[in-house]
Amino acid sequence: MLKGMVSKPENSKLYWKEFMHQCSEIGIGSLGIVCVISLFMGAVSALQTAYQITSPIMSKLIIAQIIRDTVILEFAPTLICIVLAGVVGSKISSELGNMRVSEQIDAIEIMGINSKTFLIMPKIAAALVTIPMLVILAMVLGIYGGRLTVDISGIISTETYDRGLKELFIPYNVFFAMMKAYTFAFIVSSIPAYFGYYVKGGSLEIGRNSTKSVVVTCVVILFADYILAALLL
Amino acid sequence: MIEFKKISKRFDDKQVLQDVSHIMYSGKTNLIIGSSGSGKTVLQKCLVGLYEVDAGEIIYDGLSFTKMNDEEKKMLRQQIGMLFQGSALFDSMTVEGNVKFPLDMFTKDKESEKIKKVNEVLERVNLVGTNKKLPSQLSGGMKKRVGIARAIVLNPKFLFCDEPNSGLDPQTSMLIDKLIHDVTIEFNMTTIINTHDMNSVMEIGNNIIYLKDGKNEWTGNSKDIIFSENKNLNDFIFASKFLQDAKEMRMLEAKGKKD
Ligand SMILES: Nc1ncnc2c1ncn2[C@@H]1O[C@H](COP(=O)(O)OP(=O)(O)OP(=O)(O)O)[C@@H](O)[C@H]1O
Ligand SMILES: [Mg+2]
Repeated sequence: MLKGMVSKPENSKLYWKEFMHQCSEIGIGSLGIVCVISLFMGAVSALQTAYQITSPIMSKLIIAQIIRDTVILEFAPTLICIVLAGVVGSKISSELGNMRVSEQIDAIEIMGINSKTFLIMPKIAAALVTIPMLVILAMVLGIYGGRLTVDISGIISTETYDRGLKELFIPYNVFFAMMKAYTFAFIVSSIPAYFGYYVKGGSLEIGRNSTKSVVVTCVVILFADYILAALLL
Repeated sequence: MIEFKKISKRFDDKQVLQDVSHIMYSGKTNLIIGSSGSGKTVLQKCLVGLYEVDAGEIIYDGLSFTKMNDEEKKMLRQQIGMLFQGSALFDSMTVEGNVKFPLDMFTKDKESEKIKKVNEVLERVNLVGTNKKLPSQLSGGMKKRVGIARAIVLNPKFLFCDEPNSGLDPQTSMLIDKLIHDVTIEFNMTTIINTHDMNSVMEIGNNIIYLKDGKNEWTGNSKDIIFSENKNLNDFIFASKFLQDAKEMRMLEAKGKKD
């Protein structure tokens, strides 16, 4: 699929328009769910970390550090992208599937437009631009959610939390998380696009393929997560 | 002009087309007729390359389509307009967006010129004032007419229409036939129409190929059809008593003229 995709655009203005449209679909479209999930994942990891760290000899600062590192390393990139596989992936797959079944892709081909380039490239490009941004947002909100929670439930003070955040901070972790984000962004857009673009049959198959694409995407994300951790850590 | 020689196409266990050959002329409305399931749509899709033929050759104005590479096919297709049997409108775009899409993609005209052109073709298909509607808000016949508008907006050299007037009332149907016929002559297009509408056959059947079970059963024009001795064709065309009577009347008329 990727091979036939890179060709000279017939009209770059239209491709740009389509790219911007996809950015708003993927980026703005999943903003709400990403915010909700990040806040809660920060909050829950705060409660659970506090629950597990009961020893009085351990510094309270460590709670903040654990939240920070789990959110940055795993929760923000992986969990968010798994959710996006459902939100964005199923949409890409069913949209392309519907265009295939109702011959809209054929109509584009017949006009002398490379339908792969026109339909799939802007989606992948938009995912590569917006999903890493969403992941950064998730990091910030996740850590903020943890801060709110420790404050509300009186686990530690916000000053201690903030101090903990700054201590033993490894910038490489953020770089590593962004590597994940870019990899997952590509997976989240390209696998569902493949499933949607090559649908055969009718509306039943569109649904079936869309489900299948989400499952495959999730598995591939987790697998890639493992590989990246093994390679880069 | 499009010439195709002995093209065959099979799907799994079903031979849909078998050694079909014919020539489609420019400036003429070339009709592919045949009963439902006879392979009309498959033949059109083979001609434009949406389906790969198993055997045979397709020649556009002397150039072998079968031998072209992807890039050459793409260039040729920019001169093709096609109306799909199911209209295939882009459902995320309005009527105006659909018809304007080829203009956006392939012309450098100013926005106002494009809109003017869009309105012109929408007027020709009798759809004034539907610019801002979405395909989901249109009736089947209206979708078909938007599909035609989109297909002809760039005045293509080759126009393919899959059942342009199925689902239309007789009056609109005739309007569409006339429109297709007019643009064909005006721009010297090679127009290929799939139909089983007998009115169209009689009115615009300049050059007809009759498919039966994927084989080329008969070729000729609307005048030849009246005098054809082919039993299958007669059964297909003059299916009703009313049409049979009409045929006999025409034959008598013609005989009278000769005597
Ligand atoms: N993609 C496909 N896969 C398998 N078989 C197909 C496919 N497309 C068409 N066929 C078969 O080819 C035959 C011819 O189909 P086609 O759509 O060309 O008929 P048609 O003449 O256009 O009929 P109608 O007037 O109903 O549109 C049918 O028997 C159909 O089952
Ligand atoms: Mg058909």
